[in-house]
Amino acid sequence: MSTNTEFRSCPTTGLRVDLTTEKLIKANAVVAVVFLAIGGLFGLLVALTRWPEVHLLPADFFYLALTAHGLDVLLVWIIFFEIAVLYFASAVLLGSRLAAPRWAWTGFGLMLVGAVITNIVVLQGGSSVMFTSYVPLKADPGFYLGIILFAVGALIGCFVFFGTLVVARQERTYRGSIPLVTFGAMTAAIIAVFTIASGAIILIPTLLWSLGLISTIDPLLYKTIWWAMGHSSQQINVSAHVAIWYAIAAMTFGARPLSEKVSRMAFLMYILFLQIASAHHMLVEPGFSSEWKIFNTSYAMYLAVLGSMVHGMTVPGSIEAAQRARGLTRGMFEWLRKAPWGNPAFAGMFMSLVFFGFIGGISGVVMGTEQINLIMHNTLYVPGHFHGTVVAGTTLAFMAITYYLVPLIFRRELLFMKLAKWQPYVFGIGVAGISVFMMGAGTLGVSRRHWDMQFADAILPFDYPSAAFLMMGLNGMFAVLAALGGLMFIVVVVGSVFFGRKLGRDEKPAYPAVPPQAAVVAEHGSSATLKIPGTTMLVAVFFIAFVLYYFVNWKYLSEVWPLS
Amino acid sequence: MAITPPSERVWWKEPIARIELYWIVIAFTWGLVMFFMMIYWHGAGEQNLSSEAYKIRPERFAEKTQAMIDAYTVREENGFPVVRPPAGSDVYLTGRLYNWWPILEFEKGQTYRLHLSSVDVQHGFSLQPVNINVQVHPGYDMVVTVKPDRAGEYGVVCNEFCGVGHHLMVGKIYVVE
Repeated sequence: MSTNTEFRSCPTTGLRVDLTTEKLIKANAVVAVVFLAIGGLFGLLVALTRWPEVHLLPADFFYLALTAHGLDVLLVWIIFFEIAVLYFASAVLLGSRLAAPRWAWTGFGLMLVGAVITNIVVLQGGSSVMFTSYVPLKADPGFYLGIILFAVGALIGCFVFFGTLVVARQERTYRGSIPLVTFGAMTAAIIAVFTIASGAIILIPTLLWSLGLISTIDPLLYKTIWWAMGHSSQQINVSAHVAIWYAIAAMTFGARPLSEKVSRMAFLMYILFLQIASAHHMLVEPGFSSEWKIFNTSYAMYLAVLGSMVHGMTVPGSIEAAQRARGLTRGMFEWLRKAPWGNPAFAGMFMSLVFFGFIGGISGVVMGTEQINLIMHNTLYVPGHFHGTVVAGTTLAFMAITYYLVPLIFRRELLFMKLAKWQPYVFGIGVAGISVFMMGAGTLGVSRRHWDMQFADAILPFDYPSAAFLMMGLNGMFAVLAALGGLMFIVVVVGSVFFGRKLGRDEKPAYPAVPPQAAVVAEHGSSATLKIPGTTMLVAVFFIAFVLYYFVNWKYLSEVWPLS
Repeated sequence: MAITPPSERVWWKEPIARIELYWIVIAFTWGLVMFFMMIYWHGAGEQNLSSEAYKIRPERFAEKTQAMIDAYTVREENGFPVVRPPAGSDVYLTGRLYNWWPILEFEKGQTYRLHLSSVDVQHGFSLQPVNINVQVHPGYDMVVTVKPDRAGEYGVVCNEFCGVGHHLMVGKIYVVE
């Protein structure tokens, strides 16, 4: 392996940037955005079909589009971007070379080939088995093969990340402990290894079964292990986007974590307690004992939820502390009012934080309650919840950090700043609407993954309440808004990357304006000078909303047929 | 900053701000409340799913369903037998591409041991508008004891994707006084 690495010095941050790492970050991010565009388009088609007045696609193409939507955005877009984040958080933030660039390119190639194979197979039409591909529904072998190749590539990326941590430590490119953001990325990578191993355990036999080499695969076993990949991999996203929240808070405000110890402990909670999340999908399956369900669905007494609730305070708290240190001390919320709301990186990050907590987080805990799951399982409440976490949370955070990556890593000036300013709001509000209205429809019983809520061709008729139709109409409208926000993102990012003015070698981009006092603030905001009344208020509002919503759903549950 | 190594080399000895500590205690306590709420509901609540389930061959489950249909059919509707099994008995509902077989008729306030299984792929038993949702697997006979508490006509929607005719899969349960 050649070690003649070249570095440049970043004029904005002073970081030493390894040029090979930079190329890899660019390649992974570009492919990620391409798949976001493809997957997002499929998502729009799905939403327009579920809008009863529009009902766009025919049934077979709807199920195909839904399969492709799940794969392309939940898997391909997010993991490609996460690999870019891993390389950024290791090599760039630590000022190190990448451990094994050739392996990193191999991983990239495998992921790309895998993603393309699975997409082609899905588009051929014989593999509309949904993202989850529950056996005994059977897809073409290429469907599983593509996902396996993709996963192997991602696994290589994780190991390149770990290798880079080792290289940086040995070559002493930084002093003391790794930064919090790198710690968060490490959390994501550790969880990724676990989930990819789970995926291999179940998808390799499933591939053999699809080829006819294995006669049966137990559907319950499949589901349990598949979700050890499927749900735990969402914790990769959570770890990654929380790390990005901290990164954007640091890059925008020079914010320092309130306490390194608490924030790192919160990440550690993810590693220790998120792995058993597959229980969330097994609450209404045959045969599992209640003890197993209660322990696993609550992540051992909600300890991982505790981790997220801690980040929910420490991220805005660190911003508030930095803003107050800069003199924005009037009242409870001057620090927030005078935050740079026109900076799409900050606006996207803050909305991601709020929506992830209020929409995705609360709904997830409620839905993952053993008994309450009975009134939500496989209704539209489920996609409502995870669009709150994965789209309003993860995707919005990834979009936000992209506004910093374009000038800092791609070295291009951002084009269409006006469009960029509005983008997080259009996308964020669109996605929040999608989530809320799907949850509303789900509460009224509407099934997910379903082409026709009017059951026009069914032999036995059934009518959902009219409010459910209203919900799905609103869902369609907000999906259009979200798609518009997605398009704005693509236009700004692709436009800037290909046509934006190239920044000179030592030229500081006008944007992002890293605050000059950043270094000073970093020393303030320490636990000794800490006063964060605004964040305390926000957290109190969140907590009250959480408690009320939780018990309202027990009330709903108590009204259905007694079961035992 | 969060993107640089901690400014305090020995960061693990830094004091924790009081406000953070309070929130950790509150959040942890709330987690315990939610945890024990699930256990509490097993004693005090009326809606708890049993873990009673058996492995069964799909053909065997279809036979059991047919035996019940032969014994207790009271009428026919759109080609579906409407079955009125005695209160307290074992009732079989088969999910199959693309219907729920047969139509059931329950008496309000009585309990029934409802057996759910599939003879082909996975299906989702979604009782509407009550909104009770249970996953149905081939090869597993899941027993849910139900006690319908309101008379009426209920739909059984399939809410697990099962194939291109998934949206045609609607069944029916009657609850009579």
